[in-house]
Amino acid sequence: MNTAETSSNPWGHRIGMAVLIILAIVSLLPIWIAVKTAFTDTGAIYTSASSLLPKDATLFNFQRVLGLANPADPRLAKSGLGKIDFLRALLNSVIFTAMVVIPQILFSSMAAFAFARLKFPGRNFIFFLFITATMIPGAVLFIPNFILMKELGWLNTFQGMAAPYALMTPFSIFFLRQMFLGTPAELEEAAYIDGAGIMTIFFKIMLPLHTGSLATLTILTSIAMWNEFFWPFLIGRNPAVQVMAVAINSFRTQSAAGTPDWTGLMACTVLGIIPVALLLIFFGRKVVESIQFSGGK
Amino acid sequence: MAIPLSEATLPVRAAAGSRRWQIDKTALTAYAFIAPAVFGFLIFYLVPTFRAIYISFTDWNLMRVPKMVGLANYDRLLHDKNFWSSMWITLLYVLYNIPPQLVFGIVLAVLLQRISKSVTFRSLFLVPYLLSNVIVAMLWFWTLDPILGFGNAVLGWFGVPRIAFFNDQNLALVTIAAVNTWRHTGFTALLFYTGLQNIPHDVYEAARIEGASPMRQFWSITLPLLRPTIAFVLVTSVIGSFQIFDTIAVTTMGGPANATQTIVWYVYQNAFSSSRMGYASAMSVVLFLFLIVISLIQMRVLRAGESDLK
Repeated sequence: MNTAETSSNPWGHRIGMAVLIILAIVSLLPIWIAVKTAFTDTGAIYTSASSLLPKDATLFNFQRVLGLANPADPRLAKSGLGKIDFLRALLNSVIFTAMVVIPQILFSSMAAFAFARLKFPGRNFIFFLFITATMIPGAVLFIPNFILMKELGWLNTFQGMAAPYALMTPFSIFFLRQMFLGTPAELEEAAYIDGAGIMTIFFKIMLPLHTGSLATLTILTSIAMWNEFFWPFLIGRNPAVQVMAVAINSFRTQSAAGTPDWTGLMACTVLGIIPVALLLIFFGRKVVESIQFSGGK
Repeated sequence: MAIPLSEATLPVRAAAGSRRWQIDKTALTAYAFIAPAVFGFLIFYLVPTFRAIYISFTDWNLMRVPKMVGLANYDRLLHDKNFWSSMWITLLYVLYNIPPQLVFGIVLAVLLQRISKSVTFRSLFLVPYLLSNVIVAMLWFWTLDPILGFGNAVLGWFGVPRIAFFNDQNLALVTIAAVNTWRHTGFTALLFYTGLQNIPHDVYEAARIEGASPMRQFWSITLPLLRPTIAFVLVTSVIGSFQIFDTIAVTTMGGPANATQTIVWYVYQNAFSSSRMGYASAMSVVLFLFLIVISLIQMRVLRAGESDLK
């Protein structure tokens, strides 16, 4: 609170607040339009483009994209409705996210612990290599990594989609190392003098001591993986394994000839937003602060 | 030649009697701890980088055995009009995308700093950044739909005729840039906001006593002291922007009439629609080199590593 300016210039403050509120509306308006459309009856979108509230509000769009609608429902026979099993896609996203996040956090925290607390030959060099890896653009890696997955026979499998992220990302190691370095080592030293092994120190002291940082990284990585498109798009286009973003994309291109199934698409879009929205509602401060941290260093 | 733990934290010296054995054991444990990460780094970062370079010297459609062709792919790229036009389109995209993002980001950060420091505001502005590229693209594809979209309905109130944002050859690229500016501005603002927190208050205090206007303070204090943050944001967002793909895959698919055929889209098309792995890899390697050069220039110009504060 820059009291000096704000109190001497109440109008400046009011205008600033108005600008902030307008910008916040701009940030959220398209999302609201999607929510409105998702609840709008498919037949009514031709007459409700400028409306801010759903016309003939219905849950039917959600039911049909999730495969929960009664197959005998006459509304399903309407032309222009796309076909999608979005429940499957959401489930696939959960599996994919879990298959990346759990091993990545475990292996990255092990590596970060070694880089932060143990001395070994080559430590700085290996860490430096990891950091330079962040500079290699994905555009260079995707062709050889795709070929590797093809050679392994891992196309259209969850392990193929998860593998490149599951063992490490330079970011998570860097993030956790910073967190580990930021705490004094007295507890570990005391435990060491008491004869505890490194394994015990890591699992019984380090990890419990840093549950906050681990939770933050878990949230950030989960959001990133939930949203991931390019790699799963290359590896997993089969409906049996396709994740949320890939499914939405293929659902849209299905109807490329006529008008897209907008109400169905927006129902999927809203369902894809909900998990992120929940995380932000419950862990908003944590998410904001950790993103601030990750960019600020 | 093991380096003793010493000033690192675990006090090996405590076990003085078996010191040598202890040191080796610590190093071995450390290697075991980093082994999965090193494995992942080798398999998915280091080896593929070299493999991409190797593939770029071959002619390979994934069916036959790769055939060494030397520099033929690079020679071809020099004469490929589509390659150069996609580089040009990508450059234009970066120019449409980055400056507005920086300006809006700084303005928003200053507003947050001066008007409201609440976390709620900051998290509201962060929402677009936390959504999938595919979802962001769908939101705008729908909102800006020429026939049924909310955006065109609102424009209609002001007598503006319908605009086919994504289907107009002259507008498609600007529209995609605007969509990504929308997605990233809150994030950029958050980074600048953090940078603003690091500027000591007494600098402004002194300026105020000297009678400097708020504008003068912004140009002479805020911007110069924000330089390391600007450098970081610029380097990372330019690298990211050059690799724009998702929004294009979901909306224009390179069209209309190649107006949004950016470089990664073109590489992708060559690799997966035409199965030209060698040629696609050569282009990706050139892009890599290009990004390294651009990043080095930016860091040099902005003296990224130094701060004027210390």
